[in-house]
Amino acid sequence: MKFAIIEFPGSNCDHDAYHAAKHVLGQQAAFVWHKDAGLGGADAVVLPGGFSYGDYLRTGAIARFSPVMESVREFAAEGGPVIGICNGFQVLLEAGLLEGALLCNRRLKFLCQHVHVRVEQTDTPFTGAAQIGQVLSLPIAHGEGSYHAPPETLEALEANRQVIFRYCSEEGGLQDAANPNGSLAAVAGICNPERNVVGLMPHPERACESALGSEDGRVVLESVVAAVAA
Amino acid sequence: MKTRVFVSLKASVFDPQGRTIVEALQSMGYGSVSDVRQGKYFEVDVDTESADEARSLVSEVSDKLLANPVIESYRVEVDE
Repeated sequence: MKFAIIEFPGSNCDHDAYHAAKHVLGQQAAFVWHKDAGLGGADAVVLPGGFSYGDYLRTGAIARFSPVMESVREFAAEGGPVIGICNGFQVLLEAGLLEGALLCNRRLKFLCQHVHVRVEQTDTPFTGAAQIGQVLSLPIAHGEGSYHAPPETLEALEANRQVIFRYCSEEGGLQDAANPNGSLAAVAGICNPERNVVGLMPHPERACESALGSEDGRVVLESVVAAVAA
Repeated sequence: MKTRVFVSLKASVFDPQGRTIVEALQSMGYGSVSDVRQGKYFEVDVDTESADEARSLVSEVSDKLLANPVIESYRVEVDE
């Protein structure tokens, strides 16, 4: 299968995603510049982490108006699998492809550490190869990752099982101490109602090889490879 | 025409930066400062015929770009 990795000015995890897709998973991968129209016939789209447009105004706020986002929107509307990681999640929220917003971390610190994340749902193209309740060790690296949504939005997300990942302890518990940034309901990742668009703050693409401290992120990318093949 | 846009987090949204500022002020002895909300301020110059037109244009760009309606509200001022 072929991954399209969108590059905005300021993206800096584009090569991590490329490396994971191409060299670790052995799939095709291609960069797509944000000014391009079209996705080069990709089967899945990755909006990578970084600091698109220097995080000016709000994280992801300007990137959402990049020409390529129109193609991403069409691809998503046709049911194509789209994943936004970290800044990519922020872009998807600003673009309205996912619901809610990300605020400054509760203690205002940029957090760069490994966290534990619990898989809450497996009926998305990015979690199909995982088990419900599976705990993944994944890195985070963000200053604005505290998930927020109005109460009625959160209620709808929970009712529709759109919360895909939650921050948890190593054992999978949901205590507040395991929530690094103060996200509402410990939300680390969500999907859209159609379940083909997923966004998360942790970086699965940086946790695909034991040399990097964890291989737990592979299941996210392997899931989409399996979903596209199915 | 000169306009100004003030964007701030909605009252229902926790503002950790404002909280940190108010705690700093209180520790500096300004005990009567009870709350601070941090926001953004934009000066937007527009070429329009009337103040009403300017207000409507700037409100539109605030809705689309300057503010995120999920977490922020805004106020527009126009020089008459």
